[in-house]
Amino acid sequence: MTSAMLADKVTPAPGKPQGFSIDQRFIAPILITFILLMGEMQYKFLEHWEYTAMAILASILTEIVCGKLVTGKIPHLASAYVTGISAGILIRSPEWWPYVIAGMLATSSKYVIRVNGRHLWNPSNLAIVILLLVAPETVATLSIQWGNYLLPMVIVWILGSVIIYNLKRFHICATYVFFFFVFAFLRSLVSGNGFSLNAFYSEIAPITGPMYQLYVFFMITDPKTTLHTKKGQMLVAFLIAATESALRMWAPVHIAIHAPYFALTLMGPSSNLIEIYYQWKAKKAAAKGDLPPSAVPPAPAAA
Amino acid sequence: MAANGGSSFCVPAAGFVRPTTSARTQARSRIGNAMKQGLKQTLIPRLFVTLFFVGLIATAATLSRRNAQPESATFRGAHAGGDSRTRYGFQLTEVSAQSGVKVVHTAPRLDPKLEPILPRINDMGAGVAVADFDRDGWPDFFLTDSGENSRCHLFRNKKDGTFEDVAATMGVADLNKVGDGSVMGAVWGDYDNDGFEDLLVYKWGKAILFHNEGGQRFTPVADAGLPKWMNCNVALWLDYDADGKLDILMCGYFDEKHNLWNLPSTRIMPNSIEYATNGTRKYLLRGDGTGRFTDVTAEVGIDTKAWTLAAAACDLDGNGFPEIFLANDYGKAELWQNEGGKRFRNISAASGVGDKPKAGMNAALGDVLNTGQFGIYVSNISEEATLLQGNNLWMPKASARPGELVYDNLAGDMGVELGGWSFGAQFVDLNNDGFQDLYLVNGYISADPNQSYWYDYSKVAQGNAEIIQDALLWPPIKGRSLSGFQQKRVWLSDGAGRFSDVAQAVGVTDRHDGRGIAYAYLNNNGQADILVANQKGPFLLYRNDVTPENHWIGFDLEGTRSNRSAIGAVVTVHWNGWKQSQYVSGGVGFCAQNDRRPHFGLGKNAKVDRVEIRWPSGTTRILEAPETNKVHKIKES
Repeated sequence: MTSAMLADKVTPAPGKPQGFSIDQRFIAPILITFILLMGEMQYKFLEHWEYTAMAILASILTEIVCGKLVTGKIPHLASAYVTGISAGILIRSPEWWPYVIAGMLATSSKYVIRVNGRHLWNPSNLAIVILLLVAPETVATLSIQWGNYLLPMVIVWILGSVIIYNLKRFHICATYVFFFFVFAFLRSLVSGNGFSLNAFYSEIAPITGPMYQLYVFFMITDPKTTLHTKKGQMLVAFLIAATESALRMWAPVHIAIHAPYFALTLMGPSSNLIEIYYQWKAKKAAAKGDLPPSAVPPAPAAA
Repeated sequence: MAANGGSSFCVPAAGFVRPTTSARTQARSRIGNAMKQGLKQTLIPRLFVTLFFVGLIATAATLSRRNAQPESATFRGAHAGGDSRTRYGFQLTEVSAQSGVKVVHTAPRLDPKLEPILPRINDMGAGVAVADFDRDGWPDFFLTDSGENSRCHLFRNKKDGTFEDVAATMGVADLNKVGDGSVMGAVWGDYDNDGFEDLLVYKWGKAILFHNEGGQRFTPVADAGLPKWMNCNVALWLDYDADGKLDILMCGYFDEKHNLWNLPSTRIMPNSIEYATNGTRKYLLRGDGTGRFTDVTAEVGIDTKAWTLAAAACDLDGNGFPEIFLANDYGKAELWQNEGGKRFRNISAASGVGDKPKAGMNAALGDVLNTGQFGIYVSNISEEATLLQGNNLWMPKASARPGELVYDNLAGDMGVELGGWSFGAQFVDLNNDGFQDLYLVNGYISADPNQSYWYDYSKVAQGNAEIIQDALLWPPIKGRSLSGFQQKRVWLSDGAGRFSDVAQAVGVTDRHDGRGIAYAYLNNNGQADILVANQKGPFLLYRNDVTPENHWIGFDLEGTRSNRSAIGAVVTVHWNGWKQSQYVSGGVGFCAQNDRRPHFGLGKNAKVDRVEIRWPSGTTRILEAPETNKVHKIKES
């Protein structure tokens, strides 16, 4: 889920008089908190609300400690809060410790796995995939909560759309959803003898569940782990959908079940690395004099 | 924020001016110095954070191993092998063939439209119910079969460790006739108080009540007042109003409007995997003692339409009237508190047991900590990295006021949470050490061991209600397994609130798809034998061999003012500073009924201080220092 979805948005200039406004970095946390509370009150979808609270707390504490240790200052905590919530919702475990470790893993991954000042993986996605691989006896993911009914799905669609539209990232979701349906159609052709509407319905079933919308809206759109160009973002969304479809068809069962998470884990960093490579080339060209000093990229942030 | 600052690099702007050589050198130098300084400042902290990150992964892997499916049994660090009777105090040996009980359960074929996912539909029906139907003092048992025109079994105890199937001669074999439905289970209860246990057979179809004709034959009761057709997966006997006449609770699973052999529509599945609202009604039938039953469900306020798979009835709050607990598939469990035999109040949410929806498939009661209070064990689904609902052990809260029913789920703390795709379970003291152990069977569909249906299952289970409630939209199973070939759990209690799985070490090595499980003292020796009904698999009879060092005491109760079967009576044994309660059940677990005689293991302490028998009529009988290692026949006075 988006860990710093709104960090790119402009923060009001200090000292400048403002009307009633809200720091946009808080919008995502507020909205995701709203979804969390509504879901818990209506459906009790959290395994244990205490465990989700642990995940949030673990993520925030990790952000504080790692930020202070590595950069010497405490970062804005909105990102860690959202990361903790996402881990707390998406992780399913009868035990408490996976929630804590997920929050810590997700946030610390931003400080550990960096190339040219960028972290490559969506933090909570990476934490979930790691736990699925190393702790399968104890960890699963959110699968069938939220009731399977239309209303919660509509609510999540509306809230997600508001956030994503505000962030000008709706094209990522639209691309992914479009190709999800395309690949679902292709899978339904392969799975039976020719096209069968029933087979198609079963292939699109996951995306008709409200849970899946969290992934579509909040995880694959993370600005810090997606490309910077619109075309690039749409291309990656397509690649995620394609990879997910491939995993659904050919991966071992325990990976196929979690295909969306693994697809993002595979495609997100790959595309980021390619972009970083081209940025590095541009920087090198600048250092050789092919670029003016003003065009030389500044040193990446300390972390 | 720094860590999330990401790249502030930008793609070179168009129309830039080529810098001079001096400027290029300065730029290189500036970048190089900055990098060196940055490396020094951040290298050590980064190393720390990296070690922390790696340590987290290692910690997760290590902690998770504790929940790995046990390949060999361990108990307090001990390994499998050796004499389990010495190590654990008992040994179980599968003796069905030697005992003359060679039975394989079959399942119905149902409507051909369901064929693609038939194993998902005809997944239940293997049940077992124990009773001494001929009053010879030795427990017998009834085994269900479910396939069209298949025959059920009634095994009479020959008192020498073997059994003979007398179902045909007794008139309770041919119960799966085409058009009448399939048998899902059966329970024994003496509804007319004539001293002989009658038999209620519940079905997906027309339930049948048989009157026991003096242990010589069973006769169907005409116009008993049972539902004309329902898809029933649980029934039990109880005396909800304590009038001395047994009543019946029957709970539907699939909506009773569906005839599963003739479906106009395939929209029969739950409309949610955890929040389903399209189950069916329940029936509470009040008995008049003559074989006539009246539907009082609405009158007493039971209005649930859950997908119920298991139920238990026991006086949990001590007011003399039994509560009803329902374990519901695709939803939340329910607890109905009995208000003086007049009405039931739904206290599911207030009591805590209705907090989270899961896939309830079992309801067993046991005095886990020897406190005189019953815990409730509900089995659910756990599959590695896929669906980890975890089983529930609802333990009474110590802070509850007298008569208040409030529970905490302590399954994880006590080590009985993860049991695969769990079905039937029973609390029983297997080694007579004075603490109730827990025997759990599991395994859903064991077909091709190399192909799993889990991916397709999870894919559709996430879908919208419109998709998942249509059986045709579920991908064909095509011979694949779904949580099949699972190891059973024999959780041994240490008496202090922890259970350890010793199944493999004590001889429970089968991997069939277990459904109903019951215990019985088949040899009248105080040692609990285990009877397991497997879906589309062989019936298993595990003979128990308990170390003679541990003592026991048993009670064979007969009601007079209460119902003669004494169903609902609670027996509490005090010894060695402990007390343990057991109750006489009219059906408990999953499609199962245990030996009705409460048995208590006493460990090496042979002296019982006192026994309290609380009869359903409200009277209490006290026995002072009764003799141990024997079954006491107690008649209500």
